[in-house]
Amino acid sequence: MLEFDDIQHMLLTRAPAITGRYEFLSFGTPAQGRAWLRRVLPIVQSAAAATASVDSEKRWVSVAFTWNGLRAVGVDEGSLASFPAEFREGMVARARMLGDTGANHPDNWVGGLASPDLHAIAILFARSEEERGRCVKEHDAFLAETHGVKVLSSLDLEATPPFDHAHDHFGYRDRLTQPEIEGTGVEPSPGSGAPLKAGEFILGYDDELGPVHGLPKPDVLSRNGSFMAYRRLQEHVGAFRDFLRQNAATPDEQELLAAKLMGRWRSGAPLVLAPDRDDPALAADRQRNNNFDYGKMDPLGYAIPLGAHIRRMNPRDTAANINRRRMLRRGATYGPPLADASPEDGRERGVAAFVLCASLIRQFEFAQNVWINDKDFHELGNERDPIIGTQDGTFEFKIPKRPIRRKITGLPAFTTVRGGAYFFLPGLRALRWISELGL
Amino acid sequence: MADRQNDAAARIKAAAKEGDWTQPRAMAIPKEGYFELEKGRYGPIFPKTPANYGFTIIAKIKPGREEAVRAHGMTLQTAVDGKPDCLETLKLHYLRWQVFPIEGALYFMYQGIIDTDFDKYTEDAVMIFTSLGVDTVFTNLEGFPEDWKTNPEAFIKFVREHHHPSFVEYGEYPFVSAVEIKKALRIKQSLSEMLDSMQ
Repeated sequence: MLEFDDIQHMLLTRAPAITGRYEFLSFGTPAQGRAWLRRVLPIVQSAAAATASVDSEKRWVSVAFTWNGLRAVGVDEGSLASFPAEFREGMVARARMLGDTGANHPDNWVGGLASPDLHAIAILFARSEEERGRCVKEHDAFLAETHGVKVLSSLDLEATPPFDHAHDHFGYRDRLTQPEIEGTGVEPSPGSGAPLKAGEFILGYDDELGPVHGLPKPDVLSRNGSFMAYRRLQEHVGAFRDFLRQNAATPDEQELLAAKLMGRWRSGAPLVLAPDRDDPALAADRQRNNNFDYGKMDPLGYAIPLGAHIRRMNPRDTAANINRRRMLRRGATYGPPLADASPEDGRERGVAAFVLCASLIRQFEFAQNVWINDKDFHELGNERDPIIGTQDGTFEFKIPKRPIRRKITGLPAFTTVRGGAYFFLPGLRALRWISELGL
Repeated sequence: MADRQNDAAARIKAAAKEGDWTQPRAMAIPKEGYFELEKGRYGPIFPKTPANYGFTIIAKIKPGREEAVRAHGMTLQTAVDGKPDCLETLKLHYLRWQVFPIEGALYFMYQGIIDTDFDKYTEDAVMIFTSLGVDTVFTNLEGFPEDWKTNPEAFIKFVREHHHPSFVEYGEYPFVSAVEIKKALRIKQSLSEMLDSMQ
C-alpha cells in the first residue's frame, strides 16, 4: 500500500499550474539549513493532501536535496555513505558519461548548478502569476529572517500558449507517455503497458524484480523518497525553424520533417498511426494516441525513424528490460515564447525538467548514455537523439523512405544543457526527521 | 613505445570511425585495457577494437562444481533453441565458455564478442541471463555474491571485477557489426533468389 500521505505530491500528481519557480539554495551551517526546512515544511504537500485540495489549492511546493545538501543539513557520514555512488558523485562528475560535453559541459552551466555549494531546491508550481508573486515574496521574507540560507539562483517557469495542452517551445505536445504506478489506481492508456511496481520510482517498495536491497540508511530517510535528475535544456527555436525551412520545401513538408525528428506530429499524433498527415483528433484521444508498438508496426522505421526522439526515450517492444528503464517526468517550460513569424531574439527559453526514478544509474543515466547519446543506437552508426542529444554538427539523421532513405548530415544542436543536478526528494517523514536532527 | 602505441591506436580509431572493414587490422592495447580513462556508468570503458567490443571473465570454480558448470552449456543451448532471438539485445557475435585447470584448481572463462561497449547493456545481460536460467552458472564460482538474485548491482560488480581486458585484438573484417554481416548475407541470398527467378 502506497503511503500517499508521506510521498511528496510531485512524485504522484501533476499540479494544474501554469507558472512556477525553482529556487536553488545553499546553506551556511547545518542548523541554518534545518531552520529553513522547519519553516518550509508545513507547506510541502503530500500526494494525498495535493489530491484532496486540488480544486482549491493555488500553489504546490516540493523540497529536495543534493548529496552535499544532505551533509550540509547535518545528515551523518554513515548515512551519507549509504547513498548510491552516482548520487554521491553528482551530475557534474558524471558529465562525460552523460554526454555533457562541449557547449553542454558543466563549465558552461548557469545559476551555480555546477557548484558544490548547491544544497537544495525549492520547487514551486503556481496556478497564476499573481500567486507565484505572492509565494516568492513570502519566501523572500522568511529568507530574510533565516540567516545563512542563500539563493544561488532561481528560474521562473512559464507555460507557453496556447494553454489547452502542454507543449514545449518547439511546439511539440508533451506528457503523452508516462508510466503509471501500481497502487495509484490510475489505468495506463492503451499501448502504455501494465502499471509498474512502485519501487521503480519510490524507495521502500518492491520493484519489478521484487524486494529492493541496499537502500540508503536509515529507513526513515529513504522511505517514500525518490531520486531526481534535474535538466535545464535551452531550446534554440530560431535554429530549429531555420533547419526545417532549409531542409523542407513547403510548410507541409516542414511539419513532416519536424514529426520525423520527434516521432510524433507537433499535435502529438504518432507517425506510426498517422504516417502521412497530422491527425489532431487522434493526438487528443488518450485511448488511441499511445496505442502502437515498433517491432510489429514499424520495424524498419518507415513511419518513425529509428533514431527519432520518442523511439529512443521509450523503445517500447524493441528494448529488453524496458520496465527497469522507465522514468517519471515533471517540470515545465521557461522563458518567453518565440512568435511564429519572429526571428531568433537571443533570449533563453527551454524546458526545465525533472526525471524521477529509484536508480539514477539504471534509469536516468542509462537513458542519457545509451538511448540519447549512443551514436550506435539501433545500429544507426552516427546519430544521436535529434532533439536532446549532444549535437556538434558532426552527426546525422536518417529518415527511412522507399526506395531510398534520406540522410541529413551535420545536424545542428536544437538544445543546450544549461544546468543540471542530482537531487533526493525525501518523503515528508524524512523531511521532518532531517529538520529535527540535532534537536 | 607508449607514443607508438597511441599513434597506432589513433589510426585504428579513425578507421573504426570510417567503418573501414576492407583491411585486416590488429590493435595492441595497454595493460589497463584502454588508452585513456573514460568512465562509463559502472567503470572504465574499454575501446572498440578491430574485433569490436568484448569481455573475458575468469573466475575460480568452487571445488566439486565442474559438472554443474558444464551442465549450463546445455541450458544455454536449450534456451537458444527454444527462442533463437533470446540474446539479441546483447548484440553478440560469439560467446565462448571454457573450463581449465591452474595449479590443481579449475577456472571458468567466459568470453563474449559484442557490438556495444561492455558498460552499456550490463544490466540487460544480467536480466536476460536470469530469465534464461543461465545466470546460475555463476553461483558455482568463488566470490559470487550470495544475494545475487535480489542484488543486481552486486552481480554487475562481480562481472566487472573478474573481467580481464585483452592486450591485443585482431579482426579479419574489422569493426563490422553482426547486424551488418547478417544484412550482407541476406542481400546475397536475395540476389541469388532473384537470379534463380530469372532462369
